[in-house]
Amino acid sequence: MKTDRRGFLKIGGIGILGFAARPLMDVLLKGDLVEASPEADALTGKRWAMAVNVNKCKEGCRDCIAACHSVHNVPDLGNPKDEVKWIWTEPYKKVFPEQEQEFSTRGNKPVVVLCNHCDNPPCVRVCPTKATFKRRDGIVMMDYHRCIGCRFCMAACPYGSRSLNWRDPRPFIKKINPDFPTRMRGVVEKCDFCGERIAKGLIPACVEACKEKALVFGNLKDSGAEVREVLRASHTIRRRPELGTGPQIYYLV
Amino acid sequence: MYDTAKIMAGIIIFLSLITFPVWYNVVGGKAAYIPDLKIVTQEKQCVESTGYMRTNHMQLLNEWRNTVVREGNRVYVASNGKKYDMNLSRTCLKCHLNKADFCDKCHNYVEVTPTCFNCHVVPEERNS
Ligand code: SF4
Ligand code: SF4
Ligand code: SF4
Repeated sequence: MKTDRRGFLKIGGIGILGFAARPLMDVLLKGDLVEASPEADALTGKRWAMAVNVNKCKEGCRDCIAACHSVHNVPDLGNPKDEVKWIWTEPYKKVFPEQEQEFSTRGNKPVVVLCNHCDNPPCVRVCPTKATFKRRDGIVMMDYHRCIGCRFCMAACPYGSRSLNWRDPRPFIKKINPDFPTRMRGVVEKCDFCGERIAKGLIPACVEACKEKALVFGNLKDSGAEVREVLRASHTIRRRPELGTGPQIYYLV
Repeated sequence: MYDTAKIMAGIIIFLSLITFPVWYNVVGGKAAYIPDLKIVTQEKQCVESTGYMRTNHMQLLNEWRNTVVREGNRVYVASNGKKYDMNLSRTCLKCHLNKADFCDKCHNYVEVTPTCFNCHVVPEERNS
């Protein structure tokens, strides 16, 4: 076979295409290879989730928010534009825009919201540094050492669950908890489902702080868990499940 | 013709200028200076041997960080089998509670500024 320059380039070009196609297909077809693949121990392993009983939640009470923000050194910048929040409240109609019933008993009362620790989290998929990643137990975790503050994750999260530190947070923390790091300017943060407390066998700080027992945390893979009982006993809704994110915060409304 | 003398003189002047900091320290007696660290620990031994910690604490801490944050494993099994909580503030700084006289002195000497303490909290330094 006679190979002239033209033929050689053609073969080379096809070869290069072949090399380029593989990673491209991986990205297009599978999204996040590492996190999305089902784990071998998926059935027996843990899957943390939370149920929020909106009816038990007392209006005006901020115990869960205060507890979370104080153990995690969440700064209070005193201005809504720079606000950093891990758990907070939103008007009912904003939390469940598709559930709006004008004359319902719920009205437009505030509802507790936090990161949904989604099964299929868009924030993880877009993070270029893998600073945001999903653990086997379902916790969508932040690695503050890696975050470059590009805020792709903030754009991708449909629930507004993430905040950027526009300023150095330390001077804005009233009482620093030495057991938890603070963050620095240019780093994104959010609820971490109290990964550091779970590691010590404790329930999340917000759940512990709620006197009304409106928050229930537990392992979805354990059929005897309280959170499973709640899900069996009542009808629950999730925030915008139609987006396919698979939120793991369940609301009893 | 080649101005050897001038060139040599130039080279000598140049060399003495760029090595000035070294000479300055030798003459000033600073060359032999090593940072005087204050070790005020309660424990007799660190998580690994002193020599190992001196040269490798940064790699060890990096490993701890990755293991805790990425893998969710918080227990370090030392080479002598003892178990430690992989925690900069609680484990390391529990002993080395004089950050200014221990960590900083050496870091200043070798002119490295690790960013650990931008986020990790130093429990109140107790001077002893
Ligand atoms: S709620 Fe937002 S931040 Fe939390 S896992 Fe889902 S997409 Fe990510
Ligand atoms: S801001 Fe940080 S966590 Fe968010 S996408 Fe960028 S690097 Fe990842
Ligand atoms: S689970 Fe933990 S981190 Fe998340 S909102 Fe509750 S207290 Fe805060």
